[in-house]
Amino acid sequence: MILKEKVMKVLDTVKDPEIPVVSVVDLGMIHNVSVHNDRVTIEVMPTFSGCPALEIIKRNIELAVESIPEVNSLSVAFIRHPIWTTELVSEKGKQELKKFGIAPPEDRVEGEWHVPCPYCGSVYTTMDNIFGPAACRSILYCKSCKNPFEAMKPVSI
Amino acid sequence: MDESIEYRECLIELIYQLADDDFLLAYRGSEWLGLAPHIEEDVAFASISQDLMGHAALYYGLLEELGEGKIDHLTHNRSPEYFRNAILVELPNGTGTYLENPSYDWAFTVVRNYFYTLAKKVRLDSIKKSSYEPLQHIVQKISIEMSYHMMHWEVWFKQLISSTAEAKSRMEEAMSIVFEELGGVFSYGRIGDRMARLSLIESEEVLKERWMVYLNKEKIQYSMKMKQGDGRNGIHTPHLAEALATLSEVYQSVPTAEW
Repeated sequence: MILKEKVMKVLDTVKDPEIPVVSVVDLGMIHNVSVHNDRVTIEVMPTFSGCPALEIIKRNIELAVESIPEVNSLSVAFIRHPIWTTELVSEKGKQELKKFGIAPPEDRVEGEWHVPCPYCGSVYTTMDNIFGPAACRSILYCKSCKNPFEAMKPVSI
Repeated sequence: MDESIEYRECLIELIYQLADDDFLLAYRGSEWLGLAPHIEEDVAFASISQDLMGHAALYYGLLEELGEGKIDHLTHNRSPEYFRNAILVELPNGTGTYLENPSYDWAFTVVRNYFYTLAKKVRLDSIKKSSYEPLQHIVQKISIEMSYHMMHWEVWFKQLISSTAEAKSRMEEAMSIVFEELGGVFSYGRIGDRMARLSLIESEEVLKERWMVYLNKEKIQYSMKMKQGDGRNGIHTPHLAEALATLSEVYQSVPTAEW
């Protein structure tokens, strides 16, 4: 396996500490991985600017990639451009979010935000609070199965 | 003066103003934790304050890159007279402290945050067309998160202003206090003319006018003043020194510690 593939493989094991089922790759945070011989450079797009998990994520990426014996030097940096949006969350990431009980980011339809319940799939849901327990999440309520749930706050440019 | 030195001076001054405004308002917002009118508001306001602290960190990070010193030093080890925030964001939430007898004013908080966020939007929209690309990128990111803050404060503002007679009179009282310092938010300080000439941001007058157009939809007639000081030029109220002392208490206890 070439080194870049190995790097991508370990990146898939680095999860968001606040959503421990979704990897940084599936969250769409990895902008670029470049490999020159034994030197690896990773560009990461931060999610929310005030997210306290960002530094932990960076450290976990470093620890994971440094564990590959062929890597001799590593640079992991947050970049300002391009900007992360929820459209970058992969299909796999969306499915995993849903299984974890967090509704994946939905597209806005004519300005309205339709969020199906991650438990029963009903769209008979209401927004309780755009802001939630983490910078990236909102709090909603499902009127069909009567469960409160969280949804990823949509972010687009 | 050499053109590039002048450009750098104006750029750094502008970033300090943006950074210090968000930093202080994040602190004032976090003082409400556990005291907001209801549990959902507590969650929302804490999240907004966290976002604002993140915005301040982005600006301070840029200042660090520009050679102004480490982020921790800029936030925790700078004397009040070097802070460039507007007076509006350093004013306390009310009387008492968050630990002892907090008697905080929700109407003032709603008006301060709504008017400030509106001013922030006007400022950031102008900077998006500015001449310095790294600042443009930061501002684009912040604008996305800010749009949620705007929705939040707009809802509070509109609901309270059209509520009971008591609510209306409290909101009007709060507006008169906020307008007395709102001029300081739009001020760029002593080198403001040059900032506009160097296309870092448009003139104070243009931005104030745009802000008033947004707000006139609410049919409000007040004029903006700078009553208690001139934050952009380092002239602050004693409230700033008190806030900074609390913010940096842990840092100052062991200044050599690694965080």
